[in-house]
Amino acid sequence: MSMLNRNAFFALIAAVAISACSSTPEDTTEPAPAPATDYSATDNEVQGGDYGVQEQTDPALQNRVVYFDFDKANIRPDAIATLQAHAQYLSQNPGARVRVEGHADERGTREYNMALGERRAKAAASFLAANGASASQLEIISYGEERPIALGHEEGSWSQNRRSELNYTSEAP
Amino acid sequence: MKYILVVLCWLALFSASARAELIIVITEGITDATSIAIVPFAWSGPRLKEDVAYIVSADLHRSGQFAPLERSKMLSFPSQESQVFFRDWQSKTNGAEYLVIGRMSGTNDGKYRIDYQLFDVYQQRTVNKWFATGTDLRAIAHHISDVLYQELTGIRGAFSTRMVYVTMEYLNTTGKRTQRYRLYISDVDGYNDQILMESSEPILSPSWAPNGRHITYVSFKSTRPAIYIMDTKTRQEQKITGFSGLNGAPRFSPDGRSMAMVLSKDGNPEIYTMELRTGKLKRITNHYAIDTEPTWAPDGRSLIFTSERGGSPQIYRQYLDSGKVERLTFDGNYNARPALTPDGRFLAMVHRSNGVFHIAVKDLVRGTFNVLTETDLDESPSIAPNASMIIYATMDKNRGVLAAVSLDGRVKVKLPSRIGDVREPAWSPFM
Repeated sequence: MSMLNRNAFFALIAAVAISACSSTPEDTTEPAPAPATDYSATDNEVQGGDYGVQEQTDPALQNRVVYFDFDKANIRPDAIATLQAHAQYLSQNPGARVRVEGHADERGTREYNMALGERRAKAAASFLAANGASASQLEIISYGEERPIALGHEEGSWSQNRRSELNYTSEAP
Repeated sequence: MKYILVVLCWLALFSASARAELIIVITEGITDATSIAIVPFAWSGPRLKEDVAYIVSADLHRSGQFAPLERSKMLSFPSQESQVFFRDWQSKTNGAEYLVIGRMSGTNDGKYRIDYQLFDVYQQRTVNKWFATGTDLRAIAHHISDVLYQELTGIRGAFSTRMVYVTMEYLNTTGKRTQRYRLYISDVDGYNDQILMESSEPILSPSWAPNGRHITYVSFKSTRPAIYIMDTKTRQEQKITGFSGLNGAPRFSPDGRSMAMVLSKDGNPEIYTMELRTGKLKRITNHYAIDTEPTWAPDGRSLIFTSERGGSPQIYRQYLDSGKVERLTFDGNYNARPALTPDGRFLAMVHRSNGVFHIAVKDLVRGTFNVLTETDLDESPSIAPNASMIIYATMDKNRGVLAAVSLDGRVKVKLPSRIGDVREPAWSPFM
């Protein structure tokens, strides 16, 4: 499955969640999806798709990647559901450990992108910490532009490469 | 000498296909390049693996300032002064302004000796004559190029210098995409390339110590970034830092005693210097913005670096004694990765205009700013020790390649590689 399909899918789930629940996190300027706490509501949809997501699992928790705008490190509204689900999982599973990896697209210099990647990893980690994860569960690393997901040299690839990945090193959901 | 023998055996074993990962193509030379004929050097021994006169021609050609005469256009092959007939070299189509002849011999201690002579064809006189000895024919050839270049331009040649660079390839052996990073060292013409280090984790930001022997770089081989120093002769490696957070952009000070680097252990990316003997750290910058890519002024008294403290990445200078900071670049909204010429006058950088990344140079004395390249995604400028050329990384047909441009932008050279993505060239000091 392509990353874009996956994004579109989660955007749809998020839209459903918004209509069902109207809470808005304080740190965003536009309406953002609330955490999909009602697992059963989304299970049917998940099973109906071909995404290989297992039953009884929050799809937002299955998503391990959040994306960023060019030269930016602020958490986008479309990343909030994913990060909140992981924050909740981490607070409920104190033994879980996650390595938050920050990445940049290929534009710009390598060391500058290394710094930008660290900012993105920190932004995601700070969000997790502010929403229930403890600092000892979080490790931060930047790969700068060294580990692209998409190998093209145009915005379609770059937008997939500007990201933070949540990689569990123990007790992955 | 053992090292040279190994290289020669290796070259013989793998023949032409493996002789160099990099091939040089001159994309733009100057129109008034000096014509010069390098006649094949006479040799009566067994067939040699290297054609010294050809290597000298290629060196001078690559500088962009010389137009060597093709061998097929030479009317004679003199190797002694008595065999030189200037009329053979005075034709408009088959001629040259300068003529170089030479002859090779073996010495009693197993070395080669080359006696060579430079003539001014128009004035029909000898300019100078020299001899060179050694065991490595490529090294002798580059030395001859250095001597000729200095004689004809007044500028010290940099053909005998070396470079390090990084390659990255994707491997797909297990069905899962993995990376193979390699740190290479080679002559500046791309020959004699050898792998210094290989890792599935990123390698980046190599640069040289002023002694021309040690290098420093960042490797993730411990699964986290750390700064290392390697002796390129013994391949011995020493880990210098492994702090939490970023460990990046290491640069030896001009006296070789300190290292500038980027660490984020105290919160966000800041520039530090480390005294190498004691490991003592000194924090230089203190700003919530990104500060990175430090490079030393030649006098060692200030650091030039990239900072986005003004809202977009620009290049700044901070004096180490007073802490005074000045902004150096004002053209456009992205200038990064500074590199200074050895005289401290010209600042090369990565410059973005209309979304495209080029190499640009600012004259810090006159304040003029010139974009030198027309390629895209240009990165990592590194200046030759004689300030003649800037080598940099760029994209060609979706692959990372190395290219070089003269400081005035008039000469452009491409160094296409046969393998992977080539990136982050670092030109050595004089050796």
